[in-house]
Amino acid sequence: MIRPLTPRRLLLTCAGLGGILLLVVFFSLKFGTRSISVTDLAVFLFRTATGRGDTAASDFRLIILDIRWPRILLAMIVGAALSVAGASFQALLRNPLADPYVLGVSSGAGLGSILTLIWAAEMPAATPFGAFAGAVLATSAVYLLGQRGGDLDSYALLLGGIITASFLSALIMFLMTTISGRELRGMAFWLMGDLSTPSPVPAGWLVLVLVLGSGAIYTTAADLNLLLSGEQEAMHLGVDVGRVKIVVYLGASVLTGLAVSVSGAVGYVGLMVPHLVRLLFGSDYRLLLPATALGGAIVVVLADTLARTVVAPTQLPVGAMTALVGAPVFIYLLRRRIA
Amino acid sequence: MNPGEKTAEATSPAARAAAPRAPASEPPRLTVELASYSYTPEGGAPLFTLEATSFVAPARELTAILGRNGSGKSTLLRLLAGTLAPLSGRVKLEGFEVSRLDLRTRAQRIALVQQETPLLFPVRVWDFVIQGRHPYSRGLRFENEEDRAVARQALVEAGADHFRGRWMHKLSGGEKQRVVLARALTQQPLLLLLDEPTLHLDIAAQVDLLRRLRRIAADRGYAVVVVTHELNLAAEFADRVILLDGGKTLRVGTPAEVYQQDLLQEVFGTLLHVEVSSRGTPKVTFIGKEA
Repeated sequence: MIRPLTPRRLLLTCAGLGGILLLVVFFSLKFGTRSISVTDLAVFLFRTATGRGDTAASDFRLIILDIRWPRILLAMIVGAALSVAGASFQALLRNPLADPYVLGVSSGAGLGSILTLIWAAEMPAATPFGAFAGAVLATSAVYLLGQRGGDLDSYALLLGGIITASFLSALIMFLMTTISGRELRGMAFWLMGDLSTPSPVPAGWLVLVLVLGSGAIYTTAADLNLLLSGEQEAMHLGVDVGRVKIVVYLGASVLTGLAVSVSGAVGYVGLMVPHLVRLLFGSDYRLLLPATALGGAIVVVLADTLARTVVAPTQLPVGAMTALVGAPVFIYLLRRRIA
Repeated sequence: MNPGEKTAEATSPAARAAAPRAPASEPPRLTVELASYSYTPEGGAPLFTLEATSFVAPARELTAILGRNGSGKSTLLRLLAGTLAPLSGRVKLEGFEVSRLDLRTRAQRIALVQQETPLLFPVRVWDFVIQGRHPYSRGLRFENEEDRAVARQALVEAGADHFRGRWMHKLSGGEKQRVVLARALTQQPLLLLLDEPTLHLDIAAQVDLLRRLRRIAADRGYAVVVVTHELNLAAEFADRVILLDGGKTLRVGTPAEVYQQDLLQEVFGTLLHVEVSSRGTPKVTFIGKEA
């Protein structure tokens, strides 16, 4: 069955996923240490939307607007950023197993953030820049390690990524344990990913960076489809491979830096979500990228809702939830590739 | 006899020589003038040199590049495709130097079918073939009705129309080769280049592919250049052949002119026998035993 990609299909798919995201956000607002009834929540949201939210009880407002909503918003931003970065790395490195976490790019961003926090403690808003620089350096290192005889070797790349990730994680642990007395977020935050700490940067800025980074990558969506068959093939079909690689490489690094600076290293989202979206909607990047952004937001909001409710009142790091599901998916994809 | 066979009969080299299809005034589509190339590591001696070569590839004709492994066939093909710029001389397509064309224009004028087309993720035949319209679109532009009509026509001509809804990774080697050809036709090029397109194909699929190429060259007015190891297929289907050896162009001409027994024995380093059929087509038989 052929379903050509049309603007209509693109919009309908995104609208459908957007609807699911709204539903997931609604239920994520409902669940927590204190459960809120669906009716109460719906009435409150309706009143807030129509400018009459002040009439609600103050603790109710506090829980929904000041505690749960900022965290959900952060989850959406992180999910979208990591998923788009994952899909981009998969095309850029022509490796279906590429993911910011697996490749060590998240660890690079984490280390960059921590070094910025140590050196420029008075400027917490500088953290994302450190994260971006760390992501760029880690991607370059992995890219170089993955070269074999002038070509990118799938397994050399993966091994290079895993080694980079463990080396950088060791550096993060070293810095975290030796540099005490500073207000750094916990070890779990940087190594596992955690959404419980509010971002030092206003959410509006995070959304802006997300839109710019993803938008830049999206301008190359049609080229990425051709890049999947190799750089030579893409070039013979008129793709300016050098330009596309730079845009996607910088865009994906910005997105990874953005996600890591506010949530630490949440793993496997960039691997799972693009593959799931491919299974559902095909691998055309013009549809895949926006669908992946929405899918990533859905998955991380769901994972974080579970992380803060399954063993409530104790909260798990969200990265533990994504890794619990993501690691088996990774093994499955790897085995299928070997077979 | 199916129509394909009839075409092959009617366009045997002898018949083609007697009935020129291009008007005499039409300049050759592709002109190679003393083009050379050399792979040289930094500060070292050249690893391989393709010595200056000159030939033309007219529209509506099939040109075959022959030679042993490492004789420079692929380098020559890359010069024709414009991905390598010649160190000296020129490669011109309708008067424009191919290596100086911008990527998009080049992709509108030259299509290259490579030996392998790796695919990272599953893709359906139709979605793969429509990629050939990429040089004609900008940004995210979605394919329009014209693009779809071009792709449908290409699928028919390449003989892949009946499986356009199937997945690429589930096709046989012959079917996949037809799909890759269809994508190249979707580019609507002036020059169609193919790098060992018959590799991994059984003999029926090889003959089918070359017949299609001949028909496409004639119907669409393309200049078709094929790199191949198949001497007999080249003799049967090519209008002209270029014989390379160690980076040198030894001979350019019709198969009958180039297929000299002594010359081929020397180039391929094996004993062989060349006989010419009643239609004027040379046929090469390899002699397994030492003479």
